Amino acid sequence: MSNLMSGARMLLECLTREGAECIFGYPGGVTLPLYDALYENPIRHVLVRHEENAAFAAQGYAMATGKVGVCCATSGPGATNLITGLVNALMDSTPIVAITGQVATKLIGSDAFQEADTFGITRSCTKHNYLVKNLADLPQIVHEAFYIASTGRPGPVLIDIPKDVFQGQARYSPVSAIHLPGYKVYTEGHTGQIRRAAQMIWDARRPLVYAGGGIIASGASAELQTLVELTGAPAVLTLMGLGALPSEHPNFISMPGMHGSYAANMALTHSDLLIALGVRFDDRVTGRLSSFAPHAKVIHVDIDPAEIGKNRVPDLPIVGDARRVLQKLNKFLSEMAPTSAPVNAAARQTWWRQIRQWKEEHPLTPAVSSSEIKPQHVMLEIDRLSGGQAIVCSDVGQHQMWAAQFIRFNQPRLWINSGGLGSMGFGLPAAIGAQFARPDKLVFAVVGDGGFQMSIPELATLAGYGLPVKIVVVNNGYLGMVRQWQELFYNNRLCAVELDTFPDAEKLAAAYGIKGRTIDRPEQLAPALREAVEEPGPYLLNVRVSPYENVYPMVPAGSAIDEMVLGPPEPVAVPK
Amino acid sequence: MLQVISLLVENKPGALMRVTGVLTARGYNIESLTVARTLDPTRSRMTIVVDVDPTLRSLVIKQMNRLVNVIQVSDVTDTRAVVREMVLIRVRAPLERRTAILKEAEIFGARVIDSSVEGFALEATGDPEKLDEFIGIMQSYGEFEVTRSGRVAMSLESTKLKLAPPVPTRSGTNQSQITNGVLNG
Repeated sequence: MSNLMSGARMLLECLTREGAECIFGYPGGVTLPLYDALYENPIRHVLVRHEENAAFAAQGYAMATGKVGVCCATSGPGATNLITGLVNALMDSTPIVAITGQVATKLIGSDAFQEADTFGITRSCTKHNYLVKNLADLPQIVHEAFYIASTGRPGPVLIDIPKDVFQGQARYSPVSAIHLPGYKVYTEGHTGQIRRAAQMIWDARRPLVYAGGGIIASGASAELQTLVELTGAPAVLTLMGLGALPSEHPNFISMPGMHGSYAANMALTHSDLLIALGVRFDDRVTGRLSSFAPHAKVIHVDIDPAEIGKNRVPDLPIVGDARRVLQKLNKFLSEMAPTSAPVNAAARQTWWRQIRQWKEEHPLTPAVSSSEIKPQHVMLEIDRLSGGQAIVCSDVGQHQMWAAQFIRFNQPRLWINSGGLGSMGFGLPAAIGAQFARPDKLVFAVVGDGGFQMSIPELATLAGYGLPVKIVVVNNGYLGMVRQWQELFYNNRLCAVELDTFPDAEKLAAAYGIKGRTIDRPEQLAPALREAVEEPGPYLLNVRVSPYENVYPMVPAGSAIDEMVLGPPEPVAVPK
Repeated sequence: MLQVISLLVENKPGALMRVTGVLTARGYNIESLTVARTLDPTRSRMTIVVDVDPTLRSLVIKQMNRLVNVIQVSDVTDTRAVVREMVLIRVRAPLERRTAILKEAEIFGARVIDSSVEGFALEATGDPEKLDEFIGIMQSYGEFEVTRSGRVAMSLESTKLKLAPPVPTRSGTNQSQITNGVLNG
């Protein structure tokens, strides 16, 4: 039997061997051979309505499962439309493989129709990228791409494939091994350093676990839980780390940072030891870096050596996979516990008393009103329906922060949002990807009226595939977060933030053949959400919320995180 | 202060772009850059001289190190290393100045690689500061042209080359999933 195979089929064969179940994509001229091969291939192709959303959907898929998400676009505009999604995946360390078509090899560089230098353009948008010049290299490259995307610090990898490579015929033989001499992944962590970390943790009087997306990427939630229970240490979880520890876990304080809770930020400021796990000391967490955790020694565990010392120089660096490191760390901690645990037990009790006091002084209290729907109220009702179990895909802005503050996530991979890049338009396509990945799960797309209007075309995808995603538009008629900054820092000179037109949600949904509704009374909220959840198909719930609500607490940019603004300034800013 | 970075990279398209990308993303201007294949034709050696903020020097090295095509990076600015550069100079040499020019060239160990009635083409190799002096002197002889190679560096410290080992793929030989005639969806 001849093994002669087209490049397009070879690609699909390699994708199948890598376990890819579906491709989020949009076809075009140079990817025609690929789509021809897809015609008779069991891999499912999900047709989105814009390439950017293919990349976002692949991320929703990857974030919901931990598997590599796959997206596909044609050359030129198809590839350039992927860019935001690629950078988003790079910033949030999400494993995706993007396939782009390219003009035929002999036309590259000739300004051919739909030609763009995708390899050059995406160099800085990806963890690694490839331009396949020879069909013989294709299988090797596909396996390398999956390996690079999913190992170490995960990230996006792009493979640019010219049309003639798709069309070419070659003998296919499976690739059994890949060799990337320069790609070193340090997973184990230095045992001596880990032992020292254990000692530092027992020596600390006010230890604090500061954990993030790295815990979720490495699947270290169970180990993290063991760590906090073994040591009794309180924990804060970053925006990307929500769900790494169950929100209901007694050791979990809340999210820290710009819109973190008072208790979380005070705990960071007064801690004497930060156990930083899979976090990158992002500016939205640290505020003014020079005042961040001023009394704390820092143990920093990260799989990416370039993160160590990038923003905060740690007292004890450990390069390794969070799960492997925590397994060892927990072992050392339990060995030392009988002698070391009692030493600072009293000081730690005082530390917990202090944290509880901070929590009581300024709890995260959702505003609820009987005359208008407060956006926080929406989150409370979603939380009630979810019970910490639903997947919530958020867009970017005020609603994202309220969702992070008030919706519980009792497992990892339930909270899916655009953290590092903050790409508006992420929520709905990510929810599409997540729902494909987890058909068993209730999936909410919690979006603002701004971000939703960037992704309206994807209603067609929802409708077409009958995906039961529940879209909740937290509609305040403003680009709320930008308006909040204009109010607070630009003397309330509101400029280009009012979204004064919004489609009739019921008619919009009906135009796509799905159910939809607008509500604006608090008493409608719970029943409407229940109706949305009980609807077997997609649902668009447009919630008119009070327009001038702002997110608090807030650490003004450039301030230390204990310099929080806890509520609206008096008098409350009233727009024109 | 100028930082001298020595890299061993895979000899692959785009490797240079990735390395310089770490610098250009921060708006750094590269003073000089040399690349050439090593004895092993699948690898290249690169020397980059760049003005990096001292507090960011180690971060730049780490960010280069995490590039897939980069096998090894070292900052040889403050370590034991030899740094050399080559310069090619064309100098106009009318009859009455020819001897003087040749004398100067000899002092700097430069070689004449072309000689004509208009003048000489000279080649000198050495320490970059020494070459600056040589260029300055040649300039005093009037109209001339210069091409510098940029610095090449070699660490004198023994560092073990760490290579990532090959890894098996998920692609086993007998689990082909190829199916014909199955309609998608």
